[in-house]
Amino acid sequence: MSTITQDSAPLPSSAPIVKLTAQVRSWKIPITFGAFAIASVLLFVGLGRGQRGELSTFRLSEARDFIQLPEVALPTFVTGVVVAIVLVLMAVASAWLVYRHRKIPIVLTIVFALLFLIGFLAWAASGSTIPVPGLLIGTVTLSAPLIFGALGGVLSERAGVVNVAIEAQLLAGAFSSAVVASATGNPYLGLLAAMVAGALVSMVLAAFALKYLVDQVIVGVVLNVLVIGLTSFLYSQVLAPSANLNSPDVFPRLNIPLLSEIPIIGPVLFRQTIIVYVMYVAVALVFFGLFRTKWGLRVRAVGEHPQAADTVGINVNRTRFIAVTLGGVVSGFGGAYFTLGAVGAFNKEMTNGMGFIALAAVIFGQWHPIKATLAALLFGFATNLQNVLGIIGSPVPSEFMLMLPYVVTIFAVAGFVGRSRAPAADGKPYIK
Amino acid sequence: MKLELRGITKRFGALVANNNISLTVESGEIHALLGENGAGKSTLMNVLYGLYVAEEGEILLDDKVQKFAGPGDAMKAGIGMVHQHFMLVPVFTVAENVVLGHEQTTFGGRLDLSAARAKVREVSDRFGFDIDPDALIEDLPVGVQQRVEIIKALSQDAQVLVFDEPTAVLTPQETDELMIIMRQLAESGTSIVFITHKLREVRAVADRITVIRLGTVVGEASPTATNAELASLMVGRAVELTVHKNSPELRGTALSVQNLSVVDSRNQIVVNNVSFDVQAGEVLAIAGVQGNGQTELTEALLGLQHHVTGSIELDGKPLRGYSVRHILDSGVGFVPEDRTEDGLVADFSIAENLMLDRSSGAPFVKAGNLQLGFRAKFAAEKIAEFDIRSQGSEMEAGRLSGGNQQKVVLARELSRNLRLFVAAQPTRGLDVGSIEFVHTRIIETRDSGIPVIVVSTELDEVVALADRIAVMYRGEIVGIVPGNTPRATLGLMMAGEPAPAAEAAR
Repeated sequence: MSTITQDSAPLPSSAPIVKLTAQVRSWKIPITFGAFAIASVLLFVGLGRGQRGELSTFRLSEARDFIQLPEVALPTFVTGVVVAIVLVLMAVASAWLVYRHRKIPIVLTIVFALLFLIGFLAWAASGSTIPVPGLLIGTVTLSAPLIFGALGGVLSERAGVVNVAIEAQLLAGAFSSAVVASATGNPYLGLLAAMVAGALVSMVLAAFALKYLVDQVIVGVVLNVLVIGLTSFLYSQVLAPSANLNSPDVFPRLNIPLLSEIPIIGPVLFRQTIIVYVMYVAVALVFFGLFRTKWGLRVRAVGEHPQAADTVGINVNRTRFIAVTLGGVVSGFGGAYFTLGAVGAFNKEMTNGMGFIALAAVIFGQWHPIKATLAALLFGFATNLQNVLGIIGSPVPSEFMLMLPYVVTIFAVAGFVGRSRAPAADGKPYIK
Repeated sequence: MKLELRGITKRFGALVANNNISLTVESGEIHALLGENGAGKSTLMNVLYGLYVAEEGEILLDDKVQKFAGPGDAMKAGIGMVHQHFMLVPVFTVAENVVLGHEQTTFGGRLDLSAARAKVREVSDRFGFDIDPDALIEDLPVGVQQRVEIIKALSQDAQVLVFDEPTAVLTPQETDELMIIMRQLAESGTSIVFITHKLREVRAVADRITVIRLGTVVGEASPTATNAELASLMVGRAVELTVHKNSPELRGTALSVQNLSVVDSRNQIVVNNVSFDVQAGEVLAIAGVQGNGQTELTEALLGLQHHVTGSIELDGKPLRGYSVRHILDSGVGFVPEDRTEDGLVADFSIAENLMLDRSSGAPFVKAGNLQLGFRAKFAAEKIAEFDIRSQGSEMEAGRLSGGNQQKVVLARELSRNLRLFVAAQPTRGLDVGSIEFVHTRIIETRDSGIPVIVVSTELDEVVALADRIAVMYRGEIVGIVPGNTPRATLGLMMAGEPAPAAEAAR
C-alpha cells in the first residue's frame, strides 16, 4: 500500500527527527474527479438536453464596449458529450497518476474545473445566451462584501481571536453608512461611519474575548443576534417613518480610462464603484501588512504562540485588540456595499448571511488574505451564476446553487483542498 | 554582569512559591539553581524575567535596583532566557523568531529580513552553530531549536543568561555540547543561571550551587559535593538513589512484537520495523531522546495508533488491529506519558478517575447504574494502598500534586488483572519521594510475574529499572542491551550509533 522514500539528507544538525516519510496514496482527487465526471455524463449526455440541435450562445462583449468580440455559439449536446468524455479521461488519468505515485499537477485540477464549468454552462443555457461579462461583473460586485468580510476575519483570526461576528460587522456597517450618508448627504462620510460601526462591534468582541475571557464563538454569535435585533428595531422605529434618513446616494460606477476597454477583463475589473476599487487596495494592503511588516509578524506571532510573543516584550492583548478592531474596520467598510454600493437603502437583515459565507471564505482560504479573496470570488461567482441562470431560465433549482459555498467549505475543512490549518492559538485567550 | 536577587517573595493566593529568596551570581559565573520539580525555581526565574511581579524583594544588576514591568524591560536590562518549553513560533523561520519583538524595518514599515538573517549568521558563527536562518522551526530537531533560543537571547546582547531545565530534551551528547557552550559563554563574561534537578549536570558545570526546597533557599553547595549530599539537601532527608531489586525471575516470552511500523497523520514513518520480546517477570526499558518514536510505539501497543503494520502478540494472542477496549480487556495496563492530558480527567474525582477504564460492566456498573457504594469502598482502599495524599476520594484529581495524580493512574492500572504493564515516562515531573514510590511499584509488578515496559528519556531511570534496555533512535531500535550497559554506550546509542557487538543482548 505504501512505499518508503528516504529524504535526501540535509546538514546533520538540521535534520528532522523522523527521517522517513511514507508515501500514502491519496485518492481524494481521483474520487472527486470521478464523481464530477459521472455527474457530467449523467447530466450532459444522459438527460439528452439539446438533442434537437439547440445552440448555447456565449456573449463575450457588452454593447458599449470599444472592442467587440464575436459571440460564441456551441451546439449544446455535442459540447456536453465532448466535455463529458474529456472529463472521464482526465479522471482516469488522475487515478493513473496516483496509482503510479505521481503528483497530480494543479493545472490539471484547474483545467478540469474550467471544463466542467463550460460544460455546465453550455448545458444550462441550451437554446439561450449567457452574457459572460455580465456574469463576471456581477461576480466581482457580489464578492465585494464577502471579500471585505473575509479580510476582516483574516485580520482578527491571524491575531488569535475567532471572528464569528463578521455578519454583525457587515450589518452595522450597512446600517450606519445608510443613515450617515443620508443625513449628511455625503456618501464618503457614510463610508467612514461604516468603518466606525464595524470597529465598535469588533471592540465589543475584543473586550469580551480578551478582557473577560468569554468564549469567542459565543460572543460572536451573540453579537450577530444583537446587531440584527438592534438594526431591525431602529429600522422599523426610526428609518421607516422618516424616509429621508434612509435614502443615501449610491456610488456610481467609475470607468477607468483605457483599462476598462480591455476585452472581458476591462468591464469586469475596471467598471466598478469606488468600493470595489478600495477592495483591490485593501486586499493588497492586508497581505502586505500581515506578511511583510513588523506589525504583521507580531500579529501572527500572538496568533500562533502568544507566550513566545510575551516573552520578547510584545503586549499580546493590545496587539490582538488592535488587529481585531482593524478587522472590524475592514468588515464594516464592506457593509457599506449593501447600501451605498448596491441597493441605495437599508433593509432589515439585508446582509442575509453574507458574513457567514465570508467566514467560510476565511477557512477555505486557509486564513490567507489572497486565498480567502479567491475563495470569496468563487462564492460570489456561485451566487451570481444562480442569478444569471434564473434570468435565462435554467433547469437547476436556485437553492442548489445557493448551497454551493457551504458545501465547498465543508469539503475544504475536511481537507480535500490542501490542509486547512488555523493559527495555533486561534480562539484561545492568553492567560499568563 | 553581576546579578543579585534580594529577599524575593512570590505568592499565588495562599501558596508561597518563593519565600524570601536571595541569590548572587557573579559576572562570568555559572550558578546552578538546584531543586525538585515544584520547588519554585521556575517561578523565581519568571520573576527575574519580568513575567511575574514579586510581592517583596528586589532585583539588582551591577548593584543597581531594577524594576521590570514585563519581559521587554528585563531584556533591555540584559537578561536573556532559554525557556524549558521553547518560546519559538513553530511556523516562523529561525530569522523571524530571532528578531521577533526587536524587528528592524526599512521603508514603509517593511520587515528587514536580510538584517535578521545576518544577525542569526553572525551569532551562530561566533559559537560554531550551523543553522539555516530560513529553516522553519517546526522542521528542526529540539536540540537545534534550543540553539535558536540561545541565539535569540544573545542577539539581544544578554549578559545574564538563564537556562531553565535545558537538558530535559537533549541526548547525553547534546547535553555535553550544551555544557561546552555554557562554559564558552561564561568565559566571555556572561553570567549564567542554570536551573536543573539533575545532580550530575550540576556537578559537571556549575561554579556555585544554590539549593532550594519548597520555595526557600536551604543551602549552598560546592560542585565537589557528592550526589548523596546534594540529593539530601534537595529533598530534605537521606534519599535512596538506587532502586533495590533482585535479578529478574524470567518466566518465558509474554509479549512479542515483530516488524512493527507506525505511520502518523503526516505520513511520516515514526516507528520503523521494530521487533522485540518481553519476558514475563522482566522490565524492558525503552530509552531514547524524546520524539524518537517511543510515544507512538506505546500508543500502537495500546491500539491508539491508526496506521500500524507488523504484529503484536501477547501470550500468543494477536493484539494489533483490535480496539482499545479489547486490548485493555486482554490485560494491558497503560500509564500514559502525559498524565494530566491522557491519564486523568482533572475535573473528575479520584473515585471517578479510578474507575475510568472500567465503566463497561460489573463490579462498577450493574444494569447501567453506577455502583457508588462499591466505588467509594474501592477508592478508599486504593487511596490507602497507594498512599494518595488527598482530602478523600471525592476530591478532584486536578487539585492533587503531580506525584499523587500519578499514584491515582498507577492505582487504576495496577488494580486490574494485568498480563502486560506499559509505563510511559512514569516519573516525569515528580518529586523524589514519589519517584521512589513509583519505582518500587514497578519492580513489585515485575516480581509478580508481569512483563513490564518502561519508556523513559531519563537515563537515570532507565538504568535504575531496566533488566534489558532497548534504545530508540528515529523510529528504529538501535539495539537491545543488558541493564548494566555503561551510560556512555547508551548515550552513543541514543545518538544513533549501533550497539557494540559484545553488548547486544537480543
